[in-house]
Amino acid sequence: MPELDATFLALPARSLAAAALHRADELGAEHADFRLERQRVAHATLRDGKLQSAGDSEDVGLAVRVVHDGTWGFASGYVRTPETAAALAEQAVATAKISRVLSSEPVVLAPEPVYADVTWVSAYEVNPFDVPETERIARLRELSERLLAADGVDHVDASFTQVLENKFYADSHGTTTTQQRVRVEPRFEAVNVDRGAGRFSSMRSLAPPAGRGWEYLTGTGWDFDTELAELPDLLREHAKAPGIEAGTYDLVIDASNLWLTIHESIGHATELDRALGYEAAYAGTSFATIDQLGTLRYGSPALNIVGDRTAPHGLATIGWDDEGVQTQAFDIVRDGVLVGYQLNRQMAHDHGATLGVDRSNGCALADSAGHIALQRMANVSLRPDPAGPSVEELISRVERGIYVVGDRSWSIDMQRFNFQFTGQQFHRIENGRLAGQLRDVAYQATTTDFWGSMEAVGGPQTYVLGGAMNCGKGQPGQVAAVSHGCPAALFRGVNVLNTREEGGR
Amino acid sequence: MSDARGANKGMSDAPQELVDAALAASTADGCIVLVHDHTEANLRWANNTLTTNGRMATRNVTVVSTFDHADGTSVGVVTRSVSTPGEITGLVDAADSAGRAAGPSEDAAPLVEPYGHSDDWAAPPAETGIDVFAGFARDLGAAFDAWRRADRMLFGFAEHQMTSTFLGSSTGLRRRFDQPTGRLEINGKSADLTRSSWAGLHSRDFTDVDVTAVAADLERRLEWARTRVDLPAGRYDTILPPTAVADFMVYALEAFDARAAAEGRNVFAGEAGGTRVGETLSALPLSLRSDPHHPGLECPDFELTSNGLWLHQSEFDNGRPLAPTRWVDQGRLAHLVGTRAWGGANAVDVSPFVDNLILDGAPDPVSIEEMVADTERGLLLTCLWYIREVDPQTLLLTGLTRDGVYLVENGRVTGAVNNFRFNESPVDLLARATHASEARPTLSREWSDYFTRTAMPALRIPDFNMSTVSKAS
Repeated sequence: MPELDATFLALPARSLAAAALHRADELGAEHADFRLERQRVAHATLRDGKLQSAGDSEDVGLAVRVVHDGTWGFASGYVRTPETAAALAEQAVATAKISRVLSSEPVVLAPEPVYADVTWVSAYEVNPFDVPETERIARLRELSERLLAADGVDHVDASFTQVLENKFYADSHGTTTTQQRVRVEPRFEAVNVDRGAGRFSSMRSLAPPAGRGWEYLTGTGWDFDTELAELPDLLREHAKAPGIEAGTYDLVIDASNLWLTIHESIGHATELDRALGYEAAYAGTSFATIDQLGTLRYGSPALNIVGDRTAPHGLATIGWDDEGVQTQAFDIVRDGVLVGYQLNRQMAHDHGATLGVDRSNGCALADSAGHIALQRMANVSLRPDPAGPSVEELISRVERGIYVVGDRSWSIDMQRFNFQFTGQQFHRIENGRLAGQLRDVAYQATTTDFWGSMEAVGGPQTYVLGGAMNCGKGQPGQVAAVSHGCPAALFRGVNVLNTREEGGR
Repeated sequence: MSDARGANKGMSDAPQELVDAALAASTADGCIVLVHDHTEANLRWANNTLTTNGRMATRNVTVVSTFDHADGTSVGVVTRSVSTPGEITGLVDAADSAGRAAGPSEDAAPLVEPYGHSDDWAAPPAETGIDVFAGFARDLGAAFDAWRRADRMLFGFAEHQMTSTFLGSSTGLRRRFDQPTGRLEINGKSADLTRSSWAGLHSRDFTDVDVTAVAADLERRLEWARTRVDLPAGRYDTILPPTAVADFMVYALEAFDARAAAEGRNVFAGEAGGTRVGETLSALPLSLRSDPHHPGLECPDFELTSNGLWLHQSEFDNGRPLAPTRWVDQGRLAHLVGTRAWGGANAVDVSPFVDNLILDGAPDPVSIEEMVADTERGLLLTCLWYIREVDPQTLLLTGLTRDGVYLVENGRVTGAVNNFRFNESPVDLLARATHASEARPTLSREWSDYFTRTAMPALRIPDFNMSTVSKAS
């Protein structure tokens, strides 16, 4: 079990918090919270096995948020003295006062038990910052060179991002949390260039980013040696594959692709702040409005979606959120019907009666001290069928279709209706068997039609925790990491486009 | 009220002194120090009400340490939030250790030597604060009142950032630049949320933002949308406003990667190891160009690898002077982006990235109003959204229309149409555009977080591919 980083614990978090919370109290704030956050990020990129760039950055900052006379106020800075922490509290209160005349309903937060002095550390074995950079780069180079040596591989792009995130939180009600998360994102992509045909093709490793440490690169949670050994054959077949004939197909979608469709069409659509219009001018709203809670048929009865901030190795997993709420797992879609939303404390109070809840489900997170805590996505995951079929069994049920593997391009509209996704691999299915790869495939649908066409979900043996490190939301923009677990699943009659024809070729 | 930054006064933490202290502490053969002193203020609103606001300050110091070896030059790059001058030593040590341990860098090049410029090195860093919005907020409040009375709603975001960058090198080079970046994004809706319009703009200081005029344009568009027409997917005669052209052209800029093109792996790859430089891309003699001194779009005239989108850049090139560059010159692909090391090793003339983008040069510019008047049946767009690359081979992009697609019939707007998902490539659009307006400053909605300094024309595309219908309103 890893321990909290000593250099973070050495920062004067408690004296800064005391100064800020005391000053906010003196100024009459009914709620105040203080965060000291540190993000360490290191990255390395290699092109054709040669080091392109490597860097190590660290951001440390402090933030004070208050509710004063029913109005939010926020301020953040980087100077770590009690005087500046108190001054930030003054700035936050001053901001709240200025904003008072522009606010309509007073801010009230749903209650949450006090957690007096708690700590939490994510599940990993080796802190990647404890591994020398030369050793990390050597592993990336070794894997890159192996790929590059294979027949049909002309170029290899490799990159590795590692994050050590520390959050200290203290509020005026007595909760104090100190937490630490580690996450990593390895990416390997092989490129085939056919100069004669004037064409290039690429294929990426299916390894998702994960809430794991350096052990992820050495065999725990993913087998890079085996996967990358198989990649060149798949790439060569992909490069020579025929283009898809546009039309309607049955799809078996692998977990490595489906996680992103869940993220876009369910994860964002069930953020309550979006459904209420707070993001209308930027990311947009949601078709899944709160008046349809309990009645909206989101998909087929096979659709069961859970929001979970406790899943081991999940990128959105944490012990307490940035409002001091202990995290949990909660249902969002049950037997195909919308039953819940992702919440923060203010929305849990304002809409608790409608939602049938008396506390937040712990979805308020800030990406750094420089930003306010927004409602951010839990690990929103599709439950497998406990006795469900394997990928092969799902494929055996399809007469004419496509097995879609790996994510690539994605886009969805501002109400989360119309989406279009591509992938890494598309295998033709004929009479229940795979019959060679296809290329230039995109599948396009409207969210509820798509999930309504889901005939079956696979069993736990098909379940993978996918995810992304780059989920953007809000203005000013914030970036969050989030995982989505899902099994493979079978969809009937989905619209499939040929992307070369779409480009007029 | 005391100021959080003010509490730090009296310490010798001027950025210039941090640069000098880091250079003095360096044990490397070469060293570049970059201080980014950043402040920002913002206002966000929804339903005619302020929702969030804030004022943030950060200071990051990056140290680039280079070491010469028999087989090449290695580099270490470390960035830290620096709160006190005492933290500089640890930062330099970390960069030196990383650089010493690293293998030779493919992107190595001699550090940039001093050259003449007119920077005011000694001036303190520029700052912004919430008061930059004083006049703007007053006008916005008045607009809230007016819209509330008219049973309409305003949503949006106003942000002003100031980044003072100080660059010092062991060669003696010193550069600094104060970059203001401001933007307004404003969305107007009918109370039932069925009609929606949008406007966005870039501003250096918000003194040039006319809220009343912007709100009037949003109102005019909401009135256009009172008549609703459903249209199927298909190819339409389409007028792309400057913001939408900016969305596409920034994607094109991101693909101007000389190395990827030479390796045969992007849309600008040519035959047999070459690139498409020299090829005519557009029928109209348009030029797609960058110019660090373009009035209103000023950006640093020296290279900073903290800019650059996701293009190939080298830490060794920090400080390299930037000149006006024509990526596409009168319709012909002329330059691609590359590092000094790669250009030198491959004997290819490459250019550094510049943080603005201009598309202009139409010999007979046609205004949007004239394009509408000349259209028998077509679409006038407001803006685009959620644009992603579908096929790097053709730079095919997909995305959505948003906040107002207007039907033009017999030379005038007759109503609003449903939204569409499009599939189109900026390279193909340049080839197929039949008319262009004068370029004017605009804000790409898709890139507004990353790339705000653009001037673009409206373009008329006779056969824009609206691939499927979106039910979003």
